[in-house]
Amino acid sequence: MSGYGKNYQVIVVGAGHAGCEAALAAARMGCVTLLLTIGLDTVAQMSCNPSIGGLAKGHLVHEVDALGGEMGINIDVTGIQFRRLNTRKGPAVRAARAQADRMAYSTRMKNVIESELLLDLKQGLVDELLFDKGRVVGVRTREGISFYGETVVLTTGTFMRGLIHVGLNSYAGGRAGEPSAEGISGSLSGYGLRVGRLKTGTPARLSARSIDFSKLERQPGDKLIKPFSFMTNKIERKQVDCYIAETNEKTHQIIRDNLDKSPLFAGVIEGIGPRYCPSIEDKVVRFPDKKSHQSFIEPEGVRGSEMYPSGLSTSLPPDVQLAYFRSMTGFEKVEIMRPGYAIEYDFVEPLQLKASLETKSVMGLFHAGQINGTSGYEEAAGQGLLAGINAARQCQNKEPIVIGRDRGYLGVMVDDLITQPTTDPYRMFTSRSEYRLLLREDNADQRLTELGRKIGLVSDARWEKYLKKQEEVVAATHIIKTEIVTSSNREVVEKLELGVLKSGLSLEQLLRRPEINIKRLEEVLPKLGTFSAQALEQVEIAVKYEGYIKRQLEQVEKFREQEDIRIPADIAYDLIPSISTEVREKLKQTKPISLGHAARIQGVTPAAIAVIQIYLRKKYHG
Amino acid sequence: MNTTDTIIAPATAPGEGGIAIVRISGADAKSALLHHFKPSSKIKELESHRLYHGSLRDNDDCPVDEVMIVYMSAPHTYTRDDVVEIHCHGSQQVVRSILSLYLSYGIRLAQPGEFTYRAYMNGRLDLSQAEAVSSLIHSKSDSSRRLALSQVEGALSREIYSFAANLKQILVLSEAWIDFPEEELPVEDLGVISGIIRQIKSKIVAITDSYSCGRVLLEGASILLTGQPNVGKSSLLNALLGEDRAIVTSVPGTTRDLLEEGLTIEGVPVRLVDTAGLRESSDFVELEGIRRAEKKLSEADLVLFVVDSSEKLTEADLYVHDRCVGLPAFLVLTKSDKPTCVGDLSFCDFPAYKISSKTGEGLDQLRLAISIFLTGDYLPASDSVMLTERRHYEALIFCLESLGRATCLLDDNPSLELLAFELREALYHLGQISGETTTESLLDDIFSGFCIGK
Repeated sequence: MSGYGKNYQVIVVGAGHAGCEAALAAARMGCVTLLLTIGLDTVAQMSCNPSIGGLAKGHLVHEVDALGGEMGINIDVTGIQFRRLNTRKGPAVRAARAQADRMAYSTRMKNVIESELLLDLKQGLVDELLFDKGRVVGVRTREGISFYGETVVLTTGTFMRGLIHVGLNSYAGGRAGEPSAEGISGSLSGYGLRVGRLKTGTPARLSARSIDFSKLERQPGDKLIKPFSFMTNKIERKQVDCYIAETNEKTHQIIRDNLDKSPLFAGVIEGIGPRYCPSIEDKVVRFPDKKSHQSFIEPEGVRGSEMYPSGLSTSLPPDVQLAYFRSMTGFEKVEIMRPGYAIEYDFVEPLQLKASLETKSVMGLFHAGQINGTSGYEEAAGQGLLAGINAARQCQNKEPIVIGRDRGYLGVMVDDLITQPTTDPYRMFTSRSEYRLLLREDNADQRLTELGRKIGLVSDARWEKYLKKQEEVVAATHIIKTEIVTSSNREVVEKLELGVLKSGLSLEQLLRRPEINIKRLEEVLPKLGTFSAQALEQVEIAVKYEGYIKRQLEQVEKFREQEDIRIPADIAYDLIPSISTEVREKLKQTKPISLGHAARIQGVTPAAIAVIQIYLRKKYHG
Repeated sequence: MNTTDTIIAPATAPGEGGIAIVRISGADAKSALLHHFKPSSKIKELESHRLYHGSLRDNDDCPVDEVMIVYMSAPHTYTRDDVVEIHCHGSQQVVRSILSLYLSYGIRLAQPGEFTYRAYMNGRLDLSQAEAVSSLIHSKSDSSRRLALSQVEGALSREIYSFAANLKQILVLSEAWIDFPEEELPVEDLGVISGIIRQIKSKIVAITDSYSCGRVLLEGASILLTGQPNVGKSSLLNALLGEDRAIVTSVPGTTRDLLEEGLTIEGVPVRLVDTAGLRESSDFVELEGIRRAEKKLSEADLVLFVVDSSEKLTEADLYVHDRCVGLPAFLVLTKSDKPTCVGDLSFCDFPAYKISSKTGEGLDQLRLAISIFLTGDYLPASDSVMLTERRHYEALIFCLESLGRATCLLDDNPSLELLAFELREALYHLGQISGETTTESLLDDIFSGFCIGK
């Protein structure tokens, strides 16, 4: 055994979407950081679909961006098709989505990591965690090198005891063509952490030149692109189309005929898969009445020849995969470049984490991404960023950063993870947020830039741009509230089709009308034209949704009442009378940090919360 | 449970007593009291723990009731917050009017056990007694739920469940449309959704309309007898009661006090209230009686305007008639055993009944008419739902408000996120009645109902 001879403050294991954010954050906050990856060529790899964003996920990317994370900028630079979803369902549920040039995405992220001064990127497969007196002190690789660090962030993805299934064949592996990490789970369970098993899957990759695109429906991106990052002004990369294909009865018949070869149906797979992302065999069995299933055919790059068929993940054998693809229109002569597969992997039940993403039982050990039972690049990036921030803050003797459910999807996600038992891989949905109308993509900067600045991840350039936008919002709001339109403003009245005005109306009053939006006001009042579209958008939303925003804020206020009652770490639940043993055990295990947190733990009754509240008041406030 | 706002609830049991007490607790208790209380003598400042006499007045400065009030400043009170107690007349109608007055002022109706909860929360009892809280909260909420369930034998809760289930289906669909725009989901047909919401709305309206009727069945309706002295009100009262309760003499104004008597008419519990006659008078004692009668008149569920059919109609009769216009009223013509000489009654729009207290003629018809009037279309059929609890009534009204906004949204600004917001709120209020939170398993419903997965 040999030590590496350099002591780190933060060691990040895994260079996926969580690991990259964690390592970058820690290093940018001034910590000497090591990022260990099994393969130097697979940094920020998109293991499944080559896209970023979508509902709630786009929101997460915006939040990561506002805090000074990298994902938003990275997709803006490498995106090859941008589409804004839900443009007509309301501002809070609009979301950005982009296809990435997979290789470009990975390469650019690697370059960013390599150019970070305090950050070392190294190849190494971690076999064992090193502990000392209840805290983690480093990691040891398969090659026998020990790296010592004050904190360790585990972002293991699907690599911990990864088991790949293709048909009834299975082999150890963390991703197609890459080895698994067999030793870490043992290190963790040896230290008392509960480890569970989950499953996910990915479809085959198809050769672009073997597909007859003329038979498929073309799906172009948006002409007017709204970037993910607050800092991106323009999308430079060449944009491409996606295509829409469909399965048919024949496809389904082939699948049905071969179910016995599916490890899922043969009972070989013990891990639980994501409900929102079932394999095609699952969909055919569960929805037998559906005559066809849609698939978006997404390019994995501008030049590359692999195409990703969404919604068709599978663990059927390659010959069956080929047969059912060839039954689809446009795919008669398709060639599979890489077969689809299912993968089982270990995760660590996230109820064992603090809100800082540090494990409760091992000091200095942080978890982010799929190890916490989540799925998705964006979910991973968000957790990675928070884990990296909090690992760095621990090294710097600072209080951990916790984002409330009312402040961001990041907060909703972490709170869900540490209070609700994981039943299947966790993905973010907007319906998970109680305060959805407040947590919008368009105001992520307003919600989190200041926090990011305080943490030390928001650059001067971003901070100045942010302040400028805030100033513009204030100035534009002032104009909207004070400028009055009367019948003497004939041109304005005419252009806005206001008819006969009995008395003067403020711009704010006009803006409340459904048929008038900020663009129309801007057209008739050149004064407003001096403000950025982003600033005007905030003004418009604040006016048009004033009533709803007010109601949500009232709900937040109620929520805060319980949330702000902290439960001290040394609370003795055994001394509190009249709580059931079951509830008492749950509380002792979960160690909630606030009364609100306690109330969200499954099985903790309102009566128990009342009793705890009395106890706290008695004991700590006389 | 929020413990910082101001709450109100009756402190005495429902039913008729000499007096009833309404209690307000919280920081706004004093200002709320002063907003409606007019002391009978000038006072500079309300002293804590002192009884004051005066009247409660509504926003138009009309008297609601003559009351005694006591203001108790924190912390020497039951809840350790500022507490106000209003001692009013012991009629449920008075109590209800006072509650309405303060609810519209912005004070919240207390949950069952909430005063006690606050008392504990504010440390009135020591830790060893904390155990009691837990069981208290349990038993209070359980018992109120049991009560609610038994009251209508589960019919109300069945209805609530079905509304909640329907609304949840719409919410699930809306959430699916929001979160899965790229999946193959049912077509976004907002017209259908609007139709379903309107249907649920009208069903809830039918239930909230039954509130007064349900309340009548639970608390009893008040029927007020009014008319000129000596036209036979007391005889009618006694005939309906079947015994001599009121003093019947031919001296006008014998029935000085309001006599309240409980009985059931065709299964409907009623309280018959006989009043001093309504007329212009200078006698001080009588004036007071008249004043109270006029106030009672406006509170009654039904007014019986009593006229002697054997005498010619007088100016005084017309005076009483005018006071009844606009109120739910019957015209009762007494002494049908004597020759009729009352004259033309076509000016009176009230349903008219001819009776004789002496022979009993017409009394059965009158009883039947009264019971039908009071219970209206809500005669207790086996599966009809009746609302008796103010708390339930309020929850449904809040639910209706949300649904109302939802339908408006669908009409002119179909934004799914706002629709979902209103639906969640509507479901929350239904959950206040059923005790169920239905929005937690939304995702389960989405995944089991639709083929999601790209």
